[in-house]
Amino acid sequence: MKKNLPRRVLARRKFLKDSVVSAAGIAAGLSLPGVLAGCIGGDLDAFLQKHFLELTPAELEKVVRRIEKDNLKKFGKTTTVSAKPATPGVSFAYALDLSRCIGCRRCVHACVKENNQSRDPEIQWIRVLEFPKEKGIDFSEANPYYCAPSAGPLSDEQKEILANPESQYPLYKKSETEGGSACKVPRTDHFYVPIQCQQCEDPPCVKVCPVRATWKESDGIVVVDYNWCIGCRYCMAACPYGARHFNWAEPKVAPDDLNPDMHYLGNRPRYRGVVEKCTFCIQRTRNGRYPACVEICPVGARKFGNLLDPKSEIRSILEHKRVLILKNDLATHPKFFYFYGL
Amino acid sequence: MNPIVNFVKTCTSIWLRGNKYYWGWMIFLVLLIISGIAAYSNQVVHGLIQTSMRDQVSWGFYIGNFTFLVGVAAAAVMLVIPAYVYHWEPIKEVVLLGEMLAISAIVMCMLFVTVDIGRPDRMLHLFPFLGRPNFPNSLLSWDVLVLSLYFLLNLIIVLYILFTSFSGRHYNPKILIPLVLISIPSAISIHTVTAFLYDGVVARPFWNASILAPRFLASAFCSGPAILIILFQILRKVAGLKIKNEALAKIAELMAYAMFVNLFLFGAEMFKEFYSHTEHVIYAKVLLFGVGGTKVHYFMWPALIASFVAFILFLLPKTRNNFYTMNIGCLLIWFGVYTEKGMGLVIPGLTPDTLGEIYVYSPSLTEFRVAAGIFSIGFLVFTLLVKIAMPIMNMSETNSRKKIGHTNT
Amino acid sequence: MKQVVAPFFVAFGLFLLVICGAPRCGDSANVTPPESPVYEGIRTLAPPLSPDYFPCTTCHELGKTNNQRRQLKDEHTSIVFDHDEKNRWCLDCHAPLDRDKLHLASGELIGFDQSYRLCGQCHGPTYRDWKVGVHGKRTGMWNGRKNYFLCVHCHDPHSPSIKPINPFPAPAMPVGKPFLFGSKNK
Repeated sequence: MKKNLPRRVLARRKFLKDSVVSAAGIAAGLSLPGVLAGCIGGDLDAFLQKHFLELTPAELEKVVRRIEKDNLKKFGKTTTVSAKPATPGVSFAYALDLSRCIGCRRCVHACVKENNQSRDPEIQWIRVLEFPKEKGIDFSEANPYYCAPSAGPLSDEQKEILANPESQYPLYKKSETEGGSACKVPRTDHFYVPIQCQQCEDPPCVKVCPVRATWKESDGIVVVDYNWCIGCRYCMAACPYGARHFNWAEPKVAPDDLNPDMHYLGNRPRYRGVVEKCTFCIQRTRNGRYPACVEICPVGARKFGNLLDPKSEIRSILEHKRVLILKNDLATHPKFFYFYGL
Repeated sequence: MNPIVNFVKTCTSIWLRGNKYYWGWMIFLVLLIISGIAAYSNQVVHGLIQTSMRDQVSWGFYIGNFTFLVGVAAAAVMLVIPAYVYHWEPIKEVVLLGEMLAISAIVMCMLFVTVDIGRPDRMLHLFPFLGRPNFPNSLLSWDVLVLSLYFLLNLIIVLYILFTSFSGRHYNPKILIPLVLISIPSAISIHTVTAFLYDGVVARPFWNASILAPRFLASAFCSGPAILIILFQILRKVAGLKIKNEALAKIAELMAYAMFVNLFLFGAEMFKEFYSHTEHVIYAKVLLFGVGGTKVHYFMWPALIASFVAFILFLLPKTRNNFYTMNIGCLLIWFGVYTEKGMGLVIPGLTPDTLGEIYVYSPSLTEFRVAAGIFSIGFLVFTLLVKIAMPIMNMSETNSRKKIGHTNT
Repeated sequence: MKQVVAPFFVAFGLFLLVICGAPRCGDSANVTPPESPVYEGIRTLAPPLSPDYFPCTTCHELGKTNNQRRQLKDEHTSIVFDHDEKNRWCLDCHAPLDRDKLHLASGELIGFDQSYRLCGQCHGPTYRDWKVGVHGKRTGMWNGRKNYFLCVHCHDPHSPSIKPINPFPAPAMPVGKPFLFGSKNK
């Protein structure tokens, strides 16, 4: 049939076909390196980096130095990124006194500051829920936005409190209890339940992660390797406590607000498109210090310690106080115990 | 000449040949694809904040579409069994076209997952040796495995059939039949794994129900073949596919039974939610009545009515054999199942969130553009595959007739 | 000779005791005195004493007191007193003869840095919880040295219930980018 068509038409068809094919080929060939470069984000070392648990000590050292260099370039600040492992014989646990928490949210903001969370878009690892006393812990009644008109940037007094927690005392000084916000906490007939990662013994998030980017360390902290996470957010769907947060955009932290004492698995600056969450201030607790939320809480509602130490306050709470676990029926076995101190 | 090069050349020449409807359709698809690529580039540069997904509703339009399309991919291959059992004449074509639809659907599934993840540059972390997949715990790792295997299986079968037909040889049943037989449990596996992916999540009571896996399979079987029914009618007119009316009606009848099961399972789920009336009833309320400003129920009721009407249309022989009503039924089924398995699954599962907060999710323009682009890629792949399927199958028939000594048409 | 030297040594010893034992004026509330007596192994932060009033003996002479239970009208009128006010008054806690000290039920005088012993006399269970670290605040090292906050760091001893304070900013509500199906009232 082809032979019946005039040569002109055949030639034109061939030309069209060849040009389309070659144009497609050239476009693909030219764009491929660009696409790859764009995807990798220009950092070949980070792209080729192995999973944290597979790094040899020498490789880990290189990775940590690279991150410190990146931090210097991005923030203009010298930082220390530690990769300190868990101490044997330690199993961290947390306890929170529901009869004491007044819902002041200092823990939320101390955590943001200590752990270099993005200010815009805002990420907060701790969420304080207000419940009406008559309904008890009923999540359909939970309200995290109480006293919302006070939302906005921190005032100078608030920044001072975060920088120097002991300046809050005595708690009954006039600047705290008079004037200021129309909405004061605790509000009558309400109680407060702060929620953060419960560092479960049987974490559903670890179970569902398709790339093992999140796992439970031997001291009980559930960690994320921010260089391995692919951002599929299955862990966020699986977490019953809403404790995991996603970097929907490039996280923004001002260099002045940056906390330079960092841990690879904790508060080092994260990337766009990865998941992050409370790590019990791994950079502090692995050096023996209390987490930032424990240190800032003005009423001492937050308790932290080693579950394996019989003299710790955690053990005392478990032995002597009425302790409850959120969403107990899901059997995730959290290491975060809520109790009633009174 | 190298037979493979010859094959590629022939395919390319078929693709570049067509009337104005064909070219109009292709240009339409390409424009949507370009728009999708532009929207996705914007999303890669600025992050997933360009979507409407937030911490409270962390999965949305992309994963909803993915779930629906996995069902389509699974169901397309399931036609193989009735084709064999009921002795449909052009069984080779039915199998081939079913597998081609499956390939297109799987391509779309993979693309939807790719555009949804936050770090597509780390995709390789999902695969063995290059990454660290979480076997056997993570259902998502399983999903990657079974979808990849299913895709390769279908691709091999399709290319094998096409290439052997093109070369004028008869396919070797010892190679093909086992592959086709494996593709059937493989089809069931992809949708069961996807169902388990939702099912196993304790944090979301709406998903954490054992009825989810049977519901997925039932809704897949009643929606997947719908597009094939429409396609067979088009190809019968345009390319001489010799499929009988009885075969089409049979497909519709099977879809009716599958739809019955689907509606029954849905009804069973709703009974349990509303009769038991635990705290978890709120998710079913989001689905059917809306809570705190959610909008899924505006689409869910029309979807349920459409599904029910389609069920009736396919059940009654009078409407089943009438091609107007049958085609309307196909469209209604697609709308019904698309809503029920897409947004009607993802949004009520995540709203209210684990801490009781209601964030009203509504897809952004970026999500619509990217989704339109991906659907266009799927339709493009399907169009291209179907376009070469019929001439090559006809070619093989002519060639085999020639060999036997019949005069050609 | 012995009668002259011995009293001199005793006086010198007392002098040393007074120098070392007395609370230092002008101490900032943030410094934990490392040499302060650690009672029962508990190291506390210094009490939040206002320099406007402390040391009390600036006005209240040692050894002089008016033990009449009464409503104060001339000084300390800004103090809101609602701590078992039907049954108690100032000198049930403040040592009458040495206003820089508090007194326990046994009559023992203690400094303000050990005020928790006084509170613990009535608030037994709370005191036991505080000593273990379950009630109240401790900072420091979870596996090492801890600094206890005194009761009075959180509780005004004259009006102990915790008063509402200003909360820090609420979280931002999530805002999507709805297209076509967004709601008008956001």
